[in-house]
Amino acid sequence: MDWIMVVQVLDSTLRLATPLLFACLAGLISERAGVFDIGLEGKMLAAAFMAAAIAYATGNVWLGVASAIVASVGISLLHGVAAITFRGNQLISGVAINFLAAGLTVVIAQNWFSQGGRTPSLSGGGRMPRLDLPFADALRDVPVLGPIYSGILSGHALLVYIAFLCVPATWFLLFRTRFGLRLRAVGENPAAVDTAGISVVGLRYGAVAIGGVLCGLAGAYLSTGLSAGFVQEMTAGRGFIALAAMIFAKWRPWHAMGAVLLFGFLEAVANRFQSIEILGVGLPVQAMQALPYILTVVILAGFVGKAIPPRAVGTPYVKEH
Amino acid sequence: MTALKPLALSASALALTVGMAQADSPALIFDLGGKFDKSFNEAAYNGAERWREETGGSYREIEMQSAAQRVQFARRMAEAGSNPIVVMGFQNAPTLEEVAPDYPDTSFVLVDAVVDLPNVRSVIFAEHEGSFLVGMLAAMASETDTISFVGGMEIPLITAFACGYAQGARAVNPDIEIIVNYTGSTPEAWNDPVRGSEIASGQISQGSDVVFAAAGGTGLGVLQTAEDEGVFSIGVDSNQNHLHPGSVLTSMLKLVDQAVYDAFTEGPDMETGVVLMDLASDGVGYAVDEHNEHLISAEMSEAVEEARAAIISGELTVHDYRTDSTCPAF
Repeated sequence: MDWIMVVQVLDSTLRLATPLLFACLAGLISERAGVFDIGLEGKMLAAAFMAAAIAYATGNVWLGVASAIVASVGISLLHGVAAITFRGNQLISGVAINFLAAGLTVVIAQNWFSQGGRTPSLSGGGRMPRLDLPFADALRDVPVLGPIYSGILSGHALLVYIAFLCVPATWFLLFRTRFGLRLRAVGENPAAVDTAGISVVGLRYGAVAIGGVLCGLAGAYLSTGLSAGFVQEMTAGRGFIALAAMIFAKWRPWHAMGAVLLFGFLEAVANRFQSIEILGVGLPVQAMQALPYILTVVILAGFVGKAIPPRAVGTPYVKEH
Repeated sequence: MTALKPLALSASALALTVGMAQADSPALIFDLGGKFDKSFNEAAYNGAERWREETGGSYREIEMQSAAQRVQFARRMAEAGSNPIVVMGFQNAPTLEEVAPDYPDTSFVLVDAVVDLPNVRSVIFAEHEGSFLVGMLAAMASETDTISFVGGMEIPLITAFACGYAQGARAVNPDIEIIVNYTGSTPEAWNDPVRGSEIASGQISQGSDVVFAAAGGTGLGVLQTAEDEGVFSIGVDSNQNHLHPGSVLTSMLKLVDQAVYDAFTEGPDMETGVVLMDLASDGVGYAVDEHNEHLISAEMSEAVEEARAAIISGELTVHDYRTDSTCPAF
């Protein structure tokens, strides 16, 4: 394992962590406000489809991203109507969203493109361009700094940088603004918020909608940045990995970034090192591929300590009369 | 919540559309990955469509959504009176072992695996022979003397592709470096282009300039990345040369469409037993068309045709990984 390979694995880590990070922050904001968000997977999937479909139709990837956000927020609001307004079971509504997205994306894709539930491959302006950070070329040969800056940090799609900027933004929103204070309060003790004359329903809708925007970005990055087009079930469980990362991070934004980087790193390692020998013992491919999941269990069961969710998460707020 | 339920139900009902046809018509059951995977299942669909156009007949078809539906769908087709029933995919071998004995008057065709029952025809392909030829092409096209392989899952069938590929490459250049990776160990491994793309870019950064994908829908990500990075790729099962003209060097063909067409044409009274589709019977091969003919030089095609003739005549034997789970070229 040489230095160049380390750079490549870390480069790949950033790419693979990006959709997880968006989804993880989406779940975090929603659950901080007291609404379970099992539907991350479904929202990402719907967004991935819309991004690819619109980017293909218009040849403009940013229109695709915009429609991905619209689709994802739309589904979030559906979740909101079921779980907040009608006080349905939040978990079941989320599961229904996952099924709805899995079925609808394929049916609509088949109807629009007749390619068996996939969109045609994107090319040119339909794909997310990769950005080179300033001075990336000039710094390439500088020792240590060069590979880190030019090799790992530079050359990703815009959404990768946005994802990592969302971490301090989320932290600021939750812990340094009035909206954030109220949002957290509504997840802990909605009755107190209501007593103060602030709308519990309004705050929860707001949180769910922000989650929708973030899931929209996650899906758009999957289908237009990481690959070139939508195929059925392309989220491949990433929404659930994001949920695991959220619990691992105990609903805190900076820790969430650490958690998704760990999961992204494990996936990158599993992709890259499949037939390696460690201390003279050849590891089978399957062991490497199972590693992220095994570690998820180990981390969640052993190392995370007590993960206490926001107290009011999962319970619809019923106003006292 | 109550408002959502019918929506979710209708979505899943829509996903399970069954083609309408009368009893006694043939039926085709696609494997996971779906009818339009641009690969294995789509080849079967094309074969069935060719039969329909030529004979004017009709057939039933069904797409599986999860592994739990294997037995259920096979029974449903048999109960409905379809005959013969073509079932795609090696993972359906246990399905037919369970279902076929209950319907002794129905002929079943299993593509890609062997089930030893009196009313089952098992169609298997000599993937190692076809992969040998594309391996030769890959080694001749490579300038970095490094080529790679992306398989869907590490199972004997897919490893047989990798092994044939490696043998072909070594036949041209004994010192060539061959990187072999697999996408996963769950059914999602066949439908994760994002991971396919990451694996391919990893291989390319290790020097590979020809990437062979045998991974269903995941392969689409591999082919895309190969084009983005300016290297060659090799498609699988169906002719995938048209997906990225100029970047797809060739495709390892499995004439699945022919197998389905033959089964439909022969009808319920077909001969059962094992049918081997190999180079000699034109059951496997490599694709040359207008999209890639400029990539294959006269020298290359001469060498490959020579090897092809040698394999058919028995002068050259390609080792099949499935016989003893070893590969001389790894």
